[in-house]
Amino acid sequence: MTASTAGASLLTADSPAATPLAVRTRGLTRRFGTQTAVDAVDLEVPRGAVYGFLGPNGCGKTTTIRMLLGLLAADAGEIELLGRPMPADLGSVLPRVGALIEGPAFHLYLSGWDNLRRLDSCDRTADPKTSRDRIGEALARVGLTAASSKRYRQYSLGMKQRLGLAAALLQPRDLLVLDEPTNGLDPQGTREVRHLVRELASDGTTVLVSSHLLAEIEQVATHVGIMSAGVLLRQGTLKEVLSEGTEIVRITTPDVELVTLCLQRLGLADVRLALDDEVTARLGDVPVEDVVREVVHADARVRGFVTARPDLEDLFVALTGEGFDVAR
Amino acid sequence: MSLADATWTGPLAVRPTFRGAFSRLYLSEMRLTLRRRRNVALLGVLAVVPVFIGIAVKISTPHNGDGPDFIGQVSNNGLFLVFTALTVALPLFLPLVIGVVSGDSIAGEAGGGTLRYLLTVPVTRGRLLAVKTLGVASYTAIGVLIVTGVGLVLGGILFGLHDVILLSGDTVSLGNGLLRTLLVAAYVTVALFGLAAGGVFVSTLTENAIAAMATTIGLAVFSALLDAVPQLRRIHGVLLTHNWLGFGELLRGQVDRAALLRWSALHLAYAAVFLSLAWARLTTKDVTS
Ligand SMILES: Nc1ncnc2c1ncn2[C@@H]1O[C@H](COP(=O)(O)OP(=O)(O)O)[C@@H](O)[C@H]1O
Ligand SMILES: [Mg+2]
Repeated sequence: MTASTAGASLLTADSPAATPLAVRTRGLTRRFGTQTAVDAVDLEVPRGAVYGFLGPNGCGKTTTIRMLLGLLAADAGEIELLGRPMPADLGSVLPRVGALIEGPAFHLYLSGWDNLRRLDSCDRTADPKTSRDRIGEALARVGLTAASSKRYRQYSLGMKQRLGLAAALLQPRDLLVLDEPTNGLDPQGTREVRHLVRELASDGTTVLVSSHLLAEIEQVATHVGIMSAGVLLRQGTLKEVLSEGTEIVRITTPDVELVTLCLQRLGLADVRLALDDEVTARLGDVPVEDVVREVVHADARVRGFVTARPDLEDLFVALTGEGFDVAR
Repeated sequence: MSLADATWTGPLAVRPTFRGAFSRLYLSEMRLTLRRRRNVALLGVLAVVPVFIGIAVKISTPHNGDGPDFIGQVSNNGLFLVFTALTVALPLFLPLVIGVVSGDSIAGEAGGGTLRYLLTVPVTRGRLLAVKTLGVASYTAIGVLIVTGVGLVLGGILFGLHDVILLSGDTVSLGNGLLRTLLVAAYVTVALFGLAAGGVFVSTLTENAIAAMATTIGLAVFSALLDAVPQLRRIHGVLLTHNWLGFGELLRGQVDRAALLRWSALHLAYAAVFLSLAWARLTTKDVTS
């Protein structure tokens, strides 16, 4: 496992003026006792992006998000949200940020509507005259209109999650920070959230969405950051990050030794015997046709020849040497 | 709709704040507190105190001498039901009720997770402390007013309201007596601010609301305990609960204003110290719930 970040080379954001960043951290670090939950993270979320913040449970996503929003103090590092230092400018920045942090939380004995009214009354930048309309719109947007007068206590997990999203949408936002927004949602709800995220993004809202579910993110994200054990391993546009995982060639053959020699001669990396009759290797810069020619010239018998680009999951496993389980 | 475009390039456009935002926040806080059944039930408990005493006095043959100072007077003048009820409620029921609401104030939000959403609205931590403190103080005042109001009404119904014979033996008009009653309620409220602020402080220390409530009530109990140890007479004067019953001073012909001011100042000093501690704690607190 390599801990070096390729992020710097992927982004041209060293001068924020060139690529305005909605979220930017430098060396963000947080320790709990002896454990470094977030380790020198340089997060860069460009304006207008849907940034998938990925990593297994316990890798430090929520801790990072709590620091972004001024809930948790950083041990080291700097944070800029919407171009302003945090938590110094919290009062003027956060009205423009909607957030869902580690699941929804509301007063059990109040209805969905009254819970939203409570939050809206607390926002000094919210116009009391439009409060009613905005609450109604937010509830409609997440499909909770019919359940708005039910007590929160009686909400299902999915309804709670939706109410959390509605709270984040009470005001127009420049940035939405959504920590595992699809937790507890059924497939239909998950689809709706994805749709909502797309819709918001097309309005120009930047979305930072964390998840431990890769498939979900791959469909909406324009950018991804991959975190493991507190370290941000990779970040960039989805395409950039994926292209980093180089193409793999997979050859099915009874003559595995011969093929292995060919691939090694061509200088392919990671030449491995994947199965009894299958050799894999990373293609790197070698053109596919060269590989085919080499193998044919060597007179090896080939039953199958496949090249594949790794998806996010393959990349993640390659980066962290682990599946999407709890890391620690 | 274009949210970001209008605001982005150059420095962030600061969204204007609305006038009356703090009163809106305060009203929301009071609505939250008073819509909670538990908190209403606690006010009900306070209302029961004068009712219970009133009925007990009504059905028993009056005999002077034992019980609180005022109880013997109740059957002669309903106004004394107020003072008796406050005397009974002060050592136990009022601290209990205030302990619950103040202990819950911030710890309850933290434990339920709503604190993180309040803080990201954002309600800045200073405003949060201010509104929680005001809310608890208001609830304290409501509690005292309920004991006073129910005592007054019930006392009037059961025993009638008459000119008042003061502790010093002088007699004053009913109007004067009512004015003194109002001042008594005000004094008791201020006296309880110390404990209420203590509860808010304790509430910033934990996410466990029950623990915060118990600790706050414990503060009052502990102070009363120290107050009962004669060997500690030297510190009795500055104990949190020592002067709570000092409202009797208002029922003398010659009111010792200096003493009342001194005691009130002490209670407000307690409140100031607790609130400073709460501020120091809350503004540096990691919100991990
Ligand atoms: N309040 C806390 N005290 C101690 N350790 C914590 C605390 N919050 C989080 N951690 C630890 O920090 C690590 C990162 O947690 P978290 O940010 O919640 O991960 P994620 O959101 O990626 O699942 C975990 O190992 C977790 O146990
Ligand atoms: Mg998390």
